Amino acid sequence: MQRRSFLKQTIQGALLPSILSGMSVKAFGNSAFLQSLSGADNDHVLVLIQLAGGNDGLNTIIPLEFYSDYNRIRSNIAIPENRVLALNNNLKSGLHPSMTGMQQMYNEEKLCAIQAVGYPSPNGSHFRSMDIWLTGADTEQYLSTGWAGRYLNHQYPNYPVGFPNDAMPDPLALQIGSVLSPVFLSPTGFDALAIDESLNFYNLIDAIQDPTPNTPSGVELTYLRTIARQTNKYAEVIKTAAAKVTQQAAYPADNYLAAQLKAVAKLVAGGLKTKIYMVGMGGFDTHAGQVNGGNPLTGNHSGLLKQVSEAITAFTKDLQFLGVSKRVLGMTFSEFGRRMQSNGSLGTDHGAAQPVFLFGDSVKQGVLGKNPDMPATGQAIDNVPMQYDFRSVYSTILRDWFCLPPQDVDSVLLKNYQYLPVIKSTACNMDLQELNNLGNNLITNYPNPFNASTKITFKTTGGHTLVQIFDTAGKRIATLADQVYAAAGTYTVTFNADVLPGGVYYARLQNGSLQQVRPMLKVRG
Amino acid sequence: MNETLLTKKTVAAQNLTSSVTGLGGPLTEGLQEYSGTWDTAQVVHLLKRTLFGAKPQDIQYFKTRTLQQAVDELLLPSAAPSTAPLNNYSINGYVDPSAVPLWQTWVNTGISIADKELNQKRIESFKTWWLGRAIQPSRSIHEKLVVFWHNHFAINTNNSGDRLKARFWYDHYLTLRQHALGNFKSMAKAITLDPAMLYFLNGETNVKGSPNENYARELQELYTVGKGPNSKYTEDDVKAAALVLTGHTVSPTTFTYFFDAGKHDASNKEFSSFYSNKIITGYSGANGATEVDELMDMIFSQEELSKHICRKIYRFFIYYKIDSSIEQTVITPLAQIFRNNNYNIQPVLATLFKSKHFYDLIYSSACIIKSPLDFVIDLCNEYGVVLPAATDNEATYAVWECIQNEASEMQQELGAIPEVAGWYAYYQEPAYHELWVNTATYTRRNIFTDRMIADGIMNNNQNIVIDPIAFADQLANPGDPNLLITQSLEILLRYPLSESAKEFIKRSILLSGQLQDYYWTNAWDAYKANPTDTGTKAIVLNRLKAFYKYIMNLPEYHLC
Repeated sequence: MQRRSFLKQTIQGALLPSILSGMSVKAFGNSAFLQSLSGADNDHVLVLIQLAGGNDGLNTIIPLEFYSDYNRIRSNIAIPENRVLALNNNLKSGLHPSMTGMQQMYNEEKLCAIQAVGYPSPNGSHFRSMDIWLTGADTEQYLSTGWAGRYLNHQYPNYPVGFPNDAMPDPLALQIGSVLSPVFLSPTGFDALAIDESLNFYNLIDAIQDPTPNTPSGVELTYLRTIARQTNKYAEVIKTAAAKVTQQAAYPADNYLAAQLKAVAKLVAGGLKTKIYMVGMGGFDTHAGQVNGGNPLTGNHSGLLKQVSEAITAFTKDLQFLGVSKRVLGMTFSEFGRRMQSNGSLGTDHGAAQPVFLFGDSVKQGVLGKNPDMPATGQAIDNVPMQYDFRSVYSTILRDWFCLPPQDVDSVLLKNYQYLPVIKSTACNMDLQELNNLGNNLITNYPNPFNASTKITFKTTGGHTLVQIFDTAGKRIATLADQVYAAAGTYTVTFNADVLPGGVYYARLQNGSLQQVRPMLKVRG
Repeated sequence: MNETLLTKKTVAAQNLTSSVTGLGGPLTEGLQEYSGTWDTAQVVHLLKRTLFGAKPQDIQYFKTRTLQQAVDELLLPSAAPSTAPLNNYSINGYVDPSAVPLWQTWVNTGISIADKELNQKRIESFKTWWLGRAIQPSRSIHEKLVVFWHNHFAINTNNSGDRLKARFWYDHYLTLRQHALGNFKSMAKAITLDPAMLYFLNGETNVKGSPNENYARELQELYTVGKGPNSKYTEDDVKAAALVLTGHTVSPTTFTYFFDAGKHDASNKEFSSFYSNKIITGYSGANGATEVDELMDMIFSQEELSKHICRKIYRFFIYYKIDSSIEQTVITPLAQIFRNNNYNIQPVLATLFKSKHFYDLIYSSACIIKSPLDFVIDLCNEYGVVLPAATDNEATYAVWECIQNEASEMQQELGAIPEVAGWYAYYQEPAYHELWVNTATYTRRNIFTDRMIADGIMNNNQNIVIDPIAFADQLANPGDPNLLITQSLEILLRYPLSESAKEFIKRSILLSGQLQDYYWTNAWDAYKANPTDTGTKAIVLNRLKAFYKYIMNLPEYHLC
């Protein structure tokens, strides 16, 4: 046997991390050298909560401001106005009645909502749209890496060589409750680095071994599992971290998301330096039975939001109890929202933009963005128009939570995206501009309504400025400006809609961290 | 090999001792012919044990046969090699000193080659070619048995000095192949007089006056009667057998076997009571060569020999643990069949592969840890990994070499067995097959499967890769996520996954967290309706890749 190759693979084996399947753990590495160079290290942790199926945003954050329009276009599922949960300092909208826990978090300044997060030309396929959210791709773009994977690769490009090490003894990212998510695919890919192995996550946390039958195959499987666990260089640190935490605050029973978040809290408090955790739950594809007939306070969606709210609330209290709440930022997202109009099955069909929640000690209380305009004469295909690109949320997290310099944020997300004023400037000890410029008319058009064309005037503070036109389904019709302006100023571009059908169009301005959407109406000439 | 490997393993094995000793089980089923269900599970079990993996088309083929027909057909010899090893070493400008052109065979250019570098290149060519033999499409056990006998009469081309010419190794392979499904006694004699073996275990220098006992010892300890508790041959028996074998050597001029009567010890050879105090009368002259037949007769009259070989067969094809129940109900009657059939190999294998014991899927299935050769070749065969056209020698050798390298990295290389007793996994108590897997090789196996399902593995511009869409597409119901999982697992996994595990795979991977099965069905149908569309294909491809990757990362995947 070749001693040389054996040694080679022993070294490889000693350094390779591993990923779990079953309740899976996805691990990334770190480099002490890179860490010292980047200077961006902190003990911040991001927890991604994936709500699979497409969460109905309009019944999650109810637009009290336009309640009668809301009630008209989705009368069979509308939440009664007087039952909507009020939010401090925010009269325009409120939360679903099941979300009392998150209402309290909001009022205690630990929750922030971002309205109408999406991407141009939305895709209605669960699979495709989720891939877009996880990879950070444009709708017509196929990326083989995930946005979190690119971030981790940017920070720790040498992984897995030299990992784990003293500076980063722990997995860089952990996924709980599912198989590997594409969000964690790094440019160096699975083929060279990542190894999946079947270590049951909860077994690791709770030190339970799956029973195997006392048969030859059971004996051999036990042996293989033992080796698989030994192969996972991170198994021991995970187990050790979990064992350090013997007492936690209460979590709701029979709540899958809560069980996953409880494990996350345990590992964070147990001292893992892991940067990103991903958890999730399904069931949000509420085409039918979203509410029970005649009682919109009950039904599937109500139950789902109750689980989400109770799980996140318990997690937040537990983090406080364990003294690590300052380290954690959470984010919920789905692959898309749902249509504005309800359907005849007491449900809603696949939509486009959706609200995203951020939570933690460092978020700014508030609902960023406007309630979506409800069309007076709504059609079934009407989507919530996008106000914020989902990658702007990522860019904000990278910049204001992981404290990445702006140019590095661009290289991770492959483009420049605005960042949003949702995380306290103290998180990265940086001075944030005052951003929420929603009162100003940064983008206008004339004439409006218009026939063949209309002139769009926008103000830029300089730097990269983007003007896009969307239809009501969220499809991008045109990009009228996409360039870097040397100085602040007011500019005018023409939107030529000659060949387009009549109806509402949205003009969206994005400039640095500012954005605004202007509805426009094309009528027959 | 490496001491660390064994040490680690021993520790791990000791941790499991309690469960191993507790293992008794209702092993009442013996060698009576199995007459129960004959369906996919039984066929896949049989194919995984007797071939290199269960190919979907072979599963279908043998399902249309009866169990008896299937086993009989598997035990037929396969076609002899249509090509001998080729010059694959002149691709980088190297010129063969004996003028064999690139992609022509070198086996006929004379045995003796003084050029060490050339000999080494030819040995590598031979080993690559042998791997090619193992991966040939075949519905015969033949090449797997060659590997079994290779392990039995273990040799190591990497550890044999320069006198051992590449041609000897090629002839050695042909000898194993010739007898693999034939008569074991004939094989034992042929190997005894095989030039490769005569050089390898020093029979070539075993001469009157200064005998070399190396081969005489291994002949008894490893190849025939073994060293079980009932094998009581003595040191004197080793010495006596060595004297019998003096003079059997390799011609220094023709490099073929010959009997050198002048080097033969003509005295009488006396054996111990284990051999009933047998005396082999010594002869001088050419008659001295006949003593080896008497030696074989004497050894083959020992019942222990038949048991030793049957135990090795059992450990290779069923499971390594032989307790008293297995010894009584399987080994003893099987050994009787072996003796009754004058050591013909086929009846033993036929009885075993048709037996109730073999089809006791609770106690006899999914308990072998795949050897590295099985692990890499089974994967290629079961997924139908596309190999280059046989006419493309360069591509074909590149791929064989690549697969050989992978198995070698996992610690098994054809033609290079580290110990004369065979690969550790087939003899080292108490762990046996478990020795294939340690933290280093387990990692290596995971890297292999991960690369094969991702972008494939490249060697000399030839890529081998799993096409998960093609694999799924040949199943009966790939559009139904439940059936896609079930039917895939029927082929890939012998250890049953729980229903909750399958549900988890479906939800997490095929449905990406959705609850309704039709999301997968729609995605699959959309792809089938428009297979060239990048978007619909990507959706299906990504999920199938994740699915099969997950399966191959399970510890269960290492069992067959």
